[in-house]
Amino acid sequence: MGGAAVATSVVLSACKNNDESPIIAKNVIDGQGEMTYRINHNTGDKVSLLGYGMMRLPVEAGGTLWDNPTSPIDQELINQEIDYALEHGVNYFDTSPVYCKGQSEHATGIALARHPRNSYYIATKLSNFSPSTWATEPSKAMFEKSLKELQTDYIDYLLLHSIGGESKELGSMEMFNARFMDNGILDWLVEQKKAGRIRNLGFSFHGDPKVFDTMLQWHDEGRYHWDFVQIQMNYVDWNYAHRIEAENVNASYLYEELHKRNIPVVIMEPLLGGRLASLPDYIVKQMKEREPETPVARWAFRYAGTPEGILTVLSGMTYMEHLVQNVETYSPLRPITPEEDEFLMKVAEEFVELKTVPCTACNYCMPCPYGLNIPVIFSYYNKCVTEGKMPAGCHEAREHQEARKRFLIGYDRNVPSLRQASHCIGCDQCVEHCPQKINIPEELHRIDDYVESLKQM
Amino acid sequence: MLRKIRICLQVVMMTLVTLLLLGIGFRVHLWAGWVAKIQLIPAILAVSLVVLILILCCTAFFGRIYCSVVCPLGIMQDIFSWLGGKFKKNRFSYAKEKKILRYVVCVLFFLAMIIGFAPVTTLIEPYSAYSRIVNSLFKPLYDLLNNWLAGLDAANDRYNFTEVQIWTRSVTTFVVAIATLVLLGALAIWKGRLYCNTICPAGTLLGSISRVIKEGCRVRFDKDKCKQCGMCEKNCKAQAIDFKNGTVDYSRCVVCGDCLDKCKFDALHYTAKRPAKEPKPVDTERRAFLVGAAVAGTTAAMAQTQMKVDGGLAVIEDKKAPKRQTAITPPGSVSARHMQKHCTACQLCVSSCPNNVLRPSTDLMHFMQPTMSFERGYCRPECTRCSEVCPTGAIKPITREEKTLQHVGHAVWIKENCVVLTDGVSCGNCARHCPTGAIQMVDYEGKKVPAVDENKCIGCGACESLCPARPFSAIYVEGNISHHIG
Repeated sequence: MGGAAVATSVVLSACKNNDESPIIAKNVIDGQGEMTYRINHNTGDKVSLLGYGMMRLPVEAGGTLWDNPTSPIDQELINQEIDYALEHGVNYFDTSPVYCKGQSEHATGIALARHPRNSYYIATKLSNFSPSTWATEPSKAMFEKSLKELQTDYIDYLLLHSIGGESKELGSMEMFNARFMDNGILDWLVEQKKAGRIRNLGFSFHGDPKVFDTMLQWHDEGRYHWDFVQIQMNYVDWNYAHRIEAENVNASYLYEELHKRNIPVVIMEPLLGGRLASLPDYIVKQMKEREPETPVARWAFRYAGTPEGILTVLSGMTYMEHLVQNVETYSPLRPITPEEDEFLMKVAEEFVELKTVPCTACNYCMPCPYGLNIPVIFSYYNKCVTEGKMPAGCHEAREHQEARKRFLIGYDRNVPSLRQASHCIGCDQCVEHCPQKINIPEELHRIDDYVESLKQM
Repeated sequence: MLRKIRICLQVVMMTLVTLLLLGIGFRVHLWAGWVAKIQLIPAILAVSLVVLILILCCTAFFGRIYCSVVCPLGIMQDIFSWLGGKFKKNRFSYAKEKKILRYVVCVLFFLAMIIGFAPVTTLIEPYSAYSRIVNSLFKPLYDLLNNWLAGLDAANDRYNFTEVQIWTRSVTTFVVAIATLVLLGALAIWKGRLYCNTICPAGTLLGSISRVIKEGCRVRFDKDKCKQCGMCEKNCKAQAIDFKNGTVDYSRCVVCGDCLDKCKFDALHYTAKRPAKEPKPVDTERRAFLVGAAVAGTTAAMAQTQMKVDGGLAVIEDKKAPKRQTAITPPGSVSARHMQKHCTACQLCVSSCPNNVLRPSTDLMHFMQPTMSFERGYCRPECTRCSEVCPTGAIKPITREEKTLQHVGHAVWIKENCVVLTDGVSCGNCARHCPTGAIQMVDYEGKKVPAVDENKCIGCGACESLCPARPFSAIYVEGNISHHIG
């Protein structure tokens, strides 16, 4: 209720006072013009640089489903947000059959159906992760259901969802074949495209670069044509994705390969799961010394939107305030200068040095069969690291003791003891679900060892 | 004057004992731990000669002031008695001493103590009777307050209070505590210090000293001034004053000072040739009922919360305690036998245990004495809290280093429950958390299963507590009848 009320006032004031919106009144650098658009040369689509990710929708009890798992989706707030987005030039909406426990498409459909179909582009995915959906019929049914939920008869952008993953049994290419080739689904989707039910066919990629390379090889050979590709890119992953997790490939490689083929690129995780919005004080200081009024997250959005060939940058926006801020960032885009690029590369290096767990809290690993709350354990740990609250950073004995107490009490407050890292048995069932290729049990054991060492101090 | 001093001391002592028993944190066992250690029966069990000599000398010199200002159960009865006095004034009268009953109970008590017959010693011992009341009835209330404060702390990013689990560790002990409170409360309202002067072995022991050595300070009649009004007798909750004969039974007088205040004719004096004393009040009975209700309510609410499921998280089934052949007693307690003989079941260790490991035993021979179980946590290697607070020496003081050498039990693997075999997953959480490295994962039927080196296992319960198998762990601790050292 409260959230909705706040949001309403934001919408109203923004509508009434377009020239002097109280929300953005202070900022004189950004948000002074129109939304930046990019042209998709395949179809001529004029796509807003800000794309709306429908993965972290608000719920009535506050926050997202991850905060309040049983709460109903806050459709009223979503409607208001989508209205605001469309009104301010955002026209790309990205969802999936699996987002928000399967409720995202439905909610998105309700909100968008209130507007003319030609005023926006819908992106959704074939999210046939579960082996039970690998057969032809379930996969087709998934696509048909997407159309129904989204209340439309065509999808503007359809993605093979998160290719490049692997499991204990299947390698990455085998997994790809099982999901899209053996069942003939990719060929069927190409037919659907010819029939006009799909306007652009592409894929989103996480994981093994072999699959990525193969896809581009097929593209070069003319076997399949990719109208667009969605990759994870931000100023940290640009050069350091590989260093953070050895199995991952740097965003710079992915981007270059796509760009030289003139394939439009959709960016996901421009904020690295929100983590580039909450940086250590000493990094925030450097940013604020350059531009005191620029929100920390804006640097990441400007970075992601700057390269040529970026079609749109997705942001999973829960709150109206984030939407307002992001619209402002891209109205119009102020490209990152070479000097600023250099600065962000320095920031990235410092960020990587923090040795945080590269978790983006996507929750794909959940539920852990042994009851652990994996994303919250990681986010608590990361928060302590980025905020410099780790006891190890304190040299004075008393300070150390105080930090130790805070860390341990805070751990118990954030994660109930039955869901803490000490209960990870290393069954490895989560590992194959992690798009970031984090060795989750290993990281949990590392955190547990650390907690244990603090307790025994 | 004597009465006022007594009341002041009572307030201080009662506050300290209660805070200690509530386990309020703030290192309370360091600054208030001494109040438990100067209790008579615990001191006898712990063979604390200094404390014993001090108590005995004080009694010889000043009468039974111990019973008035040190014993928390005595103070509690005084509170009830004072409340009773609000409704009916001048209600006491002299009664003959029940000498035979007194001494029989006293002898039986010490006999039970020597042979270690816990049901008798734990039930009668006054300090433990009070501490059980606090532990079972007041602590849950305090914990509610604590958790509320912890919630405020969390909201304000402060770190003074930490949330604790509120749970009934033993229904039997809870019932015993309520029964004690109701029974003694009623008795105190009706007959003042009747319990102290007929049942309590500490009262009998100190009473004998006070009676035999009557040269010290006692309440004494000045027969010349006495107008035989009888106010002293009517207000003597020990029923020790016989005004007609001008005598005071020093074996029962607890030096409360009430008679001195009541005498309008200055006929009573507390001198090296005289007697006096009494108790002090707060609305305890009503509070006790509220506590009982609150405890019941809390437990029900807890059960509900635990059953609630939130979508993104797997449901966690509660652990159940295995049937242990031998109960486990905490490190420092030497053996089951030692525990049985020395523990008065005061529950101070139970309420102090930060890991929710200790709880009162329901076994008759170890009635309400602490025993260990690991459904909610395990005996962490860095913690020696119970050994620090124990006033009776039932759990002897040990250091962290010594603790790692006390083998209180040994882990046993239950093949049928092990997730490695039942769920076909790889595990090893027990081995990974064993603080002494007693568990190795070994090849067995093509899987890696835990194997316990009995020689290294100290019985801390880390393996049992962190075992993913539920409700029964696949590895659990069997107690050692006497702890193996080294």
